[in-house]
Formats: sequence, C-alpha cells, structure tokens
Amino acid sequence: MLFRVDPSSSEPIFEQIVFRVKHAVAGGSLKSGDRLPSVRELAKDLAINPNTVARAYESLESDGVIVRRHGSGCFVSERGNALSNSERKRRLDDLVQRLVTEGFHLGFGARELRDALSERLSSAPLPTKREP
Amino acid sequence: MNAPIRFDDVHRRFGSRAVLCGLSLEVRPGEVYALLGRNGAGKTTAMRILLGFLAPMQGSSALLGVDSRVLSAQVRERVGLVSEGHALYGWMTVADVLEFEAGTRERFDLAHARTLRERLGLDPRAKVAKLSRGQRAQLSLLAATCGRPDVLVLDDPAMGLDPVVRRDLLGVMIDLLSDTGASVLFSTHILSDVERIADRVGILHDGRLIVDASLEDLKRRVTTCFVRGGDRAELERTIPRCLRARKTAAGHELFLLDIADDTRRALAAAGGSDALGVAPSLEDLFVELTADAAPTIAHEHEVAR
Repeated sequence: MLFRVDPSSSEPIFEQIVFRVKHAVAGGSLKSGDRLPSVRELAKDLAINPNTVARAYESLESDGVIVRRHGSGCFVSERGNALSNSERKRRLDDLVQRLVTEGFHLGFGARELRDALSERLSSAPLPTKREP
Repeated sequence: MNAPIRFDDVHRRFGSRAVLCGLSLEVRPGEVYALLGRNGAGKTTAMRILLGFLAPMQGSSALLGVDSRVLSAQVRERVGLVSEGHALYGWMTVADVLEFEAGTRERFDLAHARTLRERLGLDPRAKVAKLSRGQRAQLSLLAATCGRPDVLVLDDPAMGLDPVVRRDLLGVMIDLLSDTGASVLFSTHILSDVERIADRVGILHDGRLIVDASLEDLKRRVTTCFVRGGDRAELERTIPRCLRARKTAAGHELFLLDIADDTRRALAAAGGSDALGVAPSLEDLFVELTADAAPTIAHEHEVAR
C-alpha cells in the first residue's frame, strides 16, 4: 500500500486519495510508468467503497497524473501534465491565493509566507523545472 | 435507469404509534446508502416494507422498479438480504446453507462462496446453531452476496460484532461492489463503517428523513463554530441555516449549513464567533440532530444530489 486515508477526516476520502497520489508522484516515490493498485485492490487495502477509489482515479486521469490502459490498469503518466498552459496557470493562481488567504488568517505576513514557501521548495525533491 | 430502491411518501403506524410518516428516498444504481437512526426510528420497518413483508398504509415503495407489494420470484432472486439477527436454520451446517442457497438461486456462485468461506475460516461441517454471532453474520452476508444480487439490503449487519469481523464483512461487501456494482441499502449504528463505505447517508428521525445527503456534501457543507453566551432558541432562529445550537459551558456551539456572508453577519451581530468553521464528525452531527425534535436538512435546505 502506498498510503493511508482517514475516513473520519473532514476532507472527503476521494480528495485524500487524489492528494496522496499527487504527493507521491511529486516526491518521487511514484515514478512515470509505475502501476497503481487496481480499484478493487486499493478499496480492499483501505477498506473503503470502490466507487470512491474509481472516482479518485477518474479525477487523477483527467488531471493527467495517471493514464488508464484498458485491461492492464492505471499507470503514472509519462507526460508531466495533460492540462493546457492557461489552465495550469489558473490553478496555480488559485493555490497561491488560498495559501495567502489561509496564511493571513493564521496570522502570518508576506515575508513569513515567502520564507515558508522557499524553505519547503529547498527541502522538497522537486525538480527545478518540470516540462509540461 | 430508474432507482433500484425507491420509497415514495411511505406511512406506517402500529396501533396508535406512527413509525413512518412520509418516508421518501432513492438509492441510485451502484450507490451505497446508509440508513441511520436511533433504535425504534423505523429503519427495520422501512426495510420490511421495501421487501414486501409489510404493507405501507399510505405511499409506496419499489424494488428494481417493481412495487414492493407485488414482487415476483424473478425480482426477489436479484435481491440479497441480511436481516437483523441473521435468520438461518440452526440445524443446517455451513455447507448446507450455501448449497441450499445455490439450489434456490440460479445466479448463486457456489465456487466463489466456498472460496470466501475458506478465507473467512468457517468450518463447512459446523452447525449453524453452534456458530458465534460473528460467524453467523459472515455466513449470512456470504449467502446474500454470492447470489450476485443487483440490490443488497442489510438490516444492521454489524450489530454486536467485533471490529475484526466487521472489517471482514466490509471486505465481502467491497468484493461484491467491485464485481457487480450492486446497489446497497444498509442500516447500522457503527458510524465509522458508514464513513468508509457509504456514498450517501439518510438519518431517519420521528418517521421522516431529516438528512438525505452525500457524505461528501455533509463534510463540505456542515460546519460548527462557537458563540459566547446567547440564547439557544434565539440563535437557531436568527442565524441563517443554523441546524442546531448546543449549549456549552461558555456559550453555544452552532451546527451550520453553508456558511456564507449572511451567516458571518448574523454571527457578528450575535456576539461574535472566535473560531473558524470546523466540520463536525458524523457521530457528533448524528447525536445533535437526533437528540430530540430536529430540523430537516433534506427538504428545507435541499442538501441534494
């Protein structure tokens, strides 16, 4: 198993799966071409509804993170991302906006947010540039 | 496709006691619907009406598109049932029960049933009367799911079972759902199981559904926050979409649906809230909503599909 989910968390289970897979790919523990567990396998491992796993995989597929090969399962996508440049930019803006808003409510100012972001980037094994 | 399970304004009373007063709900194809409610809320009555064992006094229900009062053998064959207490004949052995099911249901997959039986460690020669409660529950779910049902109806299958057996039962259900995409209606008091397996949740209270929503909607849309001081009835009346105000040591905890600007304004006017919204657990929500007379999320606020 790649990860665990917390069914009682306020975050819906399917969003947890989507995030955990994206996180594993960004962190390098899942690589291009790696096969994901089947819907049934993951549902049984996590003891959750297979409908939820299937929906998470659909969402990952439409985000270009994984590809489904008929009959053989789901694999981590070869390409970086299937989304258009403008869509990628829009989503990044949303994320940054959320970071700034939530950070403000936690009582942090611009400099602290900037520092936290660069600290995370320097410690994460993220390549400096990822080709779309 | 039509909903495989449908209740339409079902009423039923026993003597002077009204048990169901206008129950309406739908389970869509492939959906897992958890029917929750306190003891005596009418869950078993609803399931008995659905299966045609009990007639409604008003309204109707339908299974696989057929009115519950006139279900044919062909329709019943497509329905798996696990009833409260796991009604099985005590003199049969485990192997007898599976063979009996295989003999009465054309779609029954005996080979699969034997594999599952082995995996669950049930002795085929053991008499049903000698099985533990957990083993009877396993056998009865096995018998119900190996008939490859299109609809599975489970009346409190987890009652009195330990966590390990409950996890095994979830595994059997997950197998069925992966294989067939069956629709499931189940009742339970184990809310942690509901959080794992349900797509949709209904809470039955005073004969009506007071919640009918997808689990994700509930998680996203219902939040709690605190107000210092205040009066419970006044808060429930003046805060928009306040489902419930619960008295706490320092003031009130509010259960809110869809916090928006009007909520924030009303909260500020009520003395201010010092906490951001936090989602309540399903159990907290259940306890608050069913502790006594309760508001309706399903109809008045349209927590809809």
